[in-house]
Amino acid sequence: MQATEDAVQAIAEVVRSLKNPAIPQDLPIAADTTLAHDLKLDSLAVMDFVMALEQRFDTVISMDDLPDVQTVGDLARLLDAQPQPAASLS
Amino acid sequence: MLKKYASLRDAFHQARGAMGNPFDVTFDAILSPTTARLGDRTVLLLGTNNYLGLTFDSACIADATEALRQEGTGTTGSRIANGTYGVHAALERRVARFLGRRDAMVFTTGYQANLGILSALAGREDTLLLDADSHASIYDGARLAGAQVTRFRHNDPADLDRRLRHLRDRPGEKLIVVEGLYSMLGDTAPLREIAAVKREHGAYLLVDEAHSLGVYGDHGRGLGEVAGVESDIDFVVGTFSKSLGAIGGFCASDLPDFELLRLTARAYMFTASLPPSVAAGVSRAFDRIDQQPELRQRLKLNAERLYHGLRAAGFVLGPVPSPIVSVRLSDPALAMRYWNELLTAGLYVNLALPPATPENQSLLRMSVSAAHEPEQIDRAVEIIAAIGTSLGVRSAMPDVAAAE
Repeated sequence: MQATEDAVQAIAEVVRSLKNPAIPQDLPIAADTTLAHDLKLDSLAVMDFVMALEQRFDTVISMDDLPDVQTVGDLARLLDAQPQPAASLS
Repeated sequence: MLKKYASLRDAFHQARGAMGNPFDVTFDAILSPTTARLGDRTVLLLGTNNYLGLTFDSACIADATEALRQEGTGTTGSRIANGTYGVHAALERRVARFLGRRDAMVFTTGYQANLGILSALAGREDTLLLDADSHASIYDGARLAGAQVTRFRHNDPADLDRRLRHLRDRPGEKLIVVEGLYSMLGDTAPLREIAAVKREHGAYLLVDEAHSLGVYGDHGRGLGEVAGVESDIDFVVGTFSKSLGAIGGFCASDLPDFELLRLTARAYMFTASLPPSVAAGVSRAFDRIDQQPELRQRLKLNAERLYHGLRAAGFVLGPVPSPIVSVRLSDPALAMRYWNELLTAGLYVNLALPPATPENQSLLRMSVSAAHEPEQIDRAVEIIAAIGTSLGVRSAMPDVAAAE
């Protein structure tokens, strides 16, 4: 399944809003951006990041789904698959 | 085999190269609940979780010694094999009586209590809702459970409510897991609000009172007692290794068939039980909590003395005074240096570094004891402030002074 561009862009916005000093601020964020290598998010930072996304998308992601998430695209597909579509965002 | 820890090794070697290793302090003698000998120095202990100072209580020592002589050094077996003695059963009754619960299970450590209880309570169909700042034992227990797991924002009942609404149609039970007093910043859970959310959604509630048992409440039953929501708490988890001054963990509950967990909690079944001396000493420690409410009062005064002393000195602390007082620092290297200088000056505190801390903060974490003399607290504040000045930490906080 292709990740929607909307979801990728929304994730990019949340990444920027985190103000995590570990994240390279000038890095372009796309579907193939990896969380661990490109965004320098360790497993705990990923959990915090996902919590910010859950609030932004008004959804709930199970932590069990996270080990399979390697890239922004993986995360976007996961968000798209939740009952509340990303399009409901304003 | 250990290549995956390359970055950890580098950080560790760098830290160790410059200074002493904060994670390998070896005390040469423990002199009292508040002092130890480290080489040729006497060190003031301000990071032991020994909230009531019961480690040297003469009655606890007497009962532990008697059990040691009568029943030996260890049980050499699991609770479900040869490792349950009268003292273990008596301790479980004591825990249940203290908390006003029908039943209690005793584990060999507090870590194992969470590991065993969470993994046994929640099955694949169930959902665990964990406060984001939960202790590692809660996360590990949740992982072992194989249940659906979601974290809600720390101390945020509205986010918990939002998640429970989303999960309303999901089959299985929902179990909310929070702590009474959080160990890193010393903040307490909004239990009344969390209990209200729990009731509204028909969820279960587990409260880990590891740091709050014996510390909070008119009878020392913890934050649930303070908040007046004990009847909403389905499971109370706790430890004997803090206010009770020994080691071990427990879970207490009124749930029918609670004893089935003895045959399903693997961290209970597949490890040796507590030495009888520990079980006997802990039973007596509960008596001390009952008999000496003044210990809690002294602890409270000491905690406020440290918190307000450090605040007045210009440090950024946790949100409220509690027996856990943490100085927040943004830089791990600075925190390491600060910690080392404190130890050199004769003060032991805990160094807490990311990722074990909320919001990646570096913390000088202190815990106060009822056994501290007010003069010891004052001396600690003086040492911390003097080193803070020499390291430029206090002057780097202009906004704090303005907020006072």
